[in-house]
Amino acid sequence: MVVFDKPHALADVSMHYCPGCTHGIVHRLVAEVMDELGIEGKAIGIAPVGCSVMAYNYFNCDMIEAAHGRAPAVATGVKRALPENIVFTYQGDGDLASIGMAETVHAAARNENITIIFINNAIYGMTGGQMAPTSLPGQVTQTSPYGRDVNHCGYPIKVCEMLSTLDGAEYLERVAVNNVKNVKNAKKAIKKAFQNQVEGKGFSLVEVVSSCPTNWGLTPQKALEWIDEKMIPYYPLGVYKDRSAESEAK
Amino acid sequence: MAKLTFKTDKCKGCGLCVDVCPKNVLALATDKINLKGHHPVEAVNEADCIGCAFCATMCPDCIIKVER
Repeated sequence: MVVFDKPHALADVSMHYCPGCTHGIVHRLVAEVMDELGIEGKAIGIAPVGCSVMAYNYFNCDMIEAAHGRAPAVATGVKRALPENIVFTYQGDGDLASIGMAETVHAAARNENITIIFINNAIYGMTGGQMAPTSLPGQVTQTSPYGRDVNHCGYPIKVCEMLSTLDGAEYLERVAVNNVKNVKNAKKAIKKAFQNQVEGKGFSLVEVVSSCPTNWGLTPQKALEWIDEKMIPYYPLGVYKDRSAESEAK
Repeated sequence: MAKLTFKTDKCKGCGLCVDVCPKNVLALATDKINLKGHHPVEAVNEADCIGCAFCATMCPDCIIKVER
């Protein structure tokens, strides 16, 4: 009996990510969810700019590459033109929380029926480890060599908390992929985010607290520990909004 | 006994699977180098494998197939 094998929706190619980068785990979870919901044939993914810019090579569904940060806008257009298809974006923090913040907020405010997978690793990975809007206070990066000074650079943006203030957003959850239990919870959240779209409920975003061993300057193992020690205290995991569940409770 | 299959040439030798294994079945093969130039993972103690698939769950490159 096969206990575990590569999901069909994940392309059988070698990914370009650094050793120990958790992007690969999240790619696999998205592909597993596509398999389980049987939506690979009608899924359309929007790839971002950032480390995951080549996500279009790693999924067996149709993929589009968007301009930097504009994935939710492209997804909006695709979903409105092809409402029967399942449209998702896969974005990092430099893409979604920085240059693409306007698109993200407005897609949520309009309750576009799309699914967003947001990878938060608190740093700009592809460009070489500069400070991101999500970098933690005091975090050392290429552009904050003495640690992020909040008096000078401001505070990190907590995307789930911020979007949860909007009436439009349907489902917001923050998960992590630093241990087996969290990976399993992350898969449940991603599945719900896709299921919401299938059921026509609206804007669903899953923020995945992820690691960047290369730019954090840590081994893959230490990077996962750093998520527990530093990231999760600042970015608490949990469901930030689930409008359907809230209205059922009433 | 569970059976493990590795796509050795896709392994990047990050060792996340080695750390998460509850039975110490896996190790990085320090005497081997794969196509990518990494020390790939191998099962040094496959008889102890319980097929929990924790290794495959944490593998970022999806190189492990678990059967039991």
